[in-house]
Amino acid sequence: MRSRVHAGDGKHCFGLKSSDCVTPEPVIHVAAIRKTYGRTVAVDGVSFDVQPGEIFGLIGPNGAGKTTTMECVEGLRTPDRGVISVLGLDPRRHVYALQERIGVQLQEAQLQKRIKVWEAVALWASLYRKPVEGDRLIEQLGLSDKRNAWFMTLSGGQKQRLFIALALINDPELVFLDELTTGLDPQARRAIWDLVRGIRQRGKTVFLTTHLMEEAERLCDRVAIIDHGRIIDIGSPAELVRRNSPERSVIVVTEDSTALERFRAIPQIDSVSSQGLQFTIRGREDDLVTQVIHCLAEHRIRVIEFRTELPTLEDVFLKLTGHKIRD
Amino acid sequence: MLRGLWRLTWLEIKIFIREPLGLIGTVGLPVLIYVGLGRLLGPREGRVPPGVPRFVSVDLPIFTSLLITASAVVSLVAIIAIYREGGILKRLRATPLRAHTILTAHVIVKLLLTAVTLAVMVLVGRRYYPVPTTVPLVSFTVALLFSTLSILSLGFLIASVVPTARFAQPIATLVLYPMLGLSGLFVPVESLPPLLQTVARALPLTYAVSLLRGIWRGESWFRHVDDVAVLTLMFLVFMAASAKVFRWE
Repeated sequence: MRSRVHAGDGKHCFGLKSSDCVTPEPVIHVAAIRKTYGRTVAVDGVSFDVQPGEIFGLIGPNGAGKTTTMECVEGLRTPDRGVISVLGLDPRRHVYALQERIGVQLQEAQLQKRIKVWEAVALWASLYRKPVEGDRLIEQLGLSDKRNAWFMTLSGGQKQRLFIALALINDPELVFLDELTTGLDPQARRAIWDLVRGIRQRGKTVFLTTHLMEEAERLCDRVAIIDHGRIIDIGSPAELVRRNSPERSVIVVTEDSTALERFRAIPQIDSVSSQGLQFTIRGREDDLVTQVIHCLAEHRIRVIEFRTELPTLEDVFLKLTGHKIRD
Repeated sequence: MLRGLWRLTWLEIKIFIREPLGLIGTVGLPVLIYVGLGRLLGPREGRVPPGVPRFVSVDLPIFTSLLITASAVVSLVAIIAIYREGGILKRLRATPLRAHTILTAHVIVKLLLTAVTLAVMVLVGRRYYPVPTTVPLVSFTVALLFSTLSILSLGFLIASVVPTARFAQPIATLVLYPMLGLSGLFVPVESLPPLLQTVARALPLTYAVSLLRGIWRGESWFRHVDDVAVLTLMFLVFMAASAKVFRWE
């Protein structure tokens, strides 16, 4: 029960950056786990910690080892090597004790075709010692009018909301979400993101996997990039971008014939390229944008269009792994 | 986890009833065969019409009872395969439900279904194939459930090795129905060619036929200790084997 106290401590850190807290006990501690299937190495020496109250994302292409890693942490698989501790428990040896305190949504899971929404929620509620009220959960997830609908008649987004409801039925301290929004339309995806933020707002920790960089960027406090079973880098999305892709660009469209010359004179830029009336100024300094604006003002260059392009997590991913994320 | 077991069992019963095809196939078909064959070829006023095969004139209840068992097993194999392929088994296992609770619920559903179908069959069919008053129906039901349990364990073994849900039903059918042919119901085991006799003696249905036929005739359980022993042994062997090779996903 020691870990319960620590998990409780974690809640005081909510709203603060994890670095502001005095060394909170991690909710998940993974050290050098390895998992092979026959001759395929699915997970190869993966280590990371997840702090209380954060949304932590494991991102990588399909087949990178995300789901295997997550299922080892959930206690559904046993790693060949390495140490995992979840809420202070060993997920294999204390699997039933752990299941009372975690909520799980599995990738591409299904339920019985003809199970009704309320029946699934009631079944799940009956399995845990301290369930929350099922009907309220159904309402919170916007499934009230689907209460009596069969699982097979639900839309993709409704199914995922039901799975989130099932993952929250035991009021868990830690929620696992595996490829939660894969296959959903953008609107449903955004609705689900709001739900996930809501989970964190209730003081819970979220561990998710995704192969959507936009999802990771918008949702996660910290992400770990995984490829070929190895973690390549860990940090907040902004940190990862700063660290791995510092170059940024300013794009200016102008009819001014002196523009190219003026831009080239800006100190500390990397390059200027032009294409018709469009000029792209690249650099890695934080005040690149200020410098360009200053230059435009100083030389009274008339601007038709102006925009900045910051590298995204997608660019970082491309740079670190050498390939585009596969859908 | 008893509460979970009853909940899940009750839910699975409701879900099963919601699928009309499954209900017609598993309950309707044996009843229909019983009533149909009984009406066409069954004994009239205590007399058997001439030229009627023995398995109809004498063994029709045994035959249709085993059809119930066979369809319960085929249905179990199909459900397990579909649940595995759809990730339902995995999802259920990621809850405090114990693994064996999930499988036990399905066995209970199949046994209940077997008992209900038998009851419906006897009731609906009593006009055309009346059950003689000498038949100990309760004992017979117990014997049928016991045989079904043993053969359901073979179903688990089949469910453990079928590659995809698409193959589950055909494979289970291919295993079960030929077994019915060799079980001694249509042709006595003793009059089979020696090779087939050996095969027949390795099949659980052969012992189920011997047990059910005996109990139907009013013989005592003691005369069928060997059948019960073999069926129990097969249950244990099949369960042990499927526990080794069963895949949850």
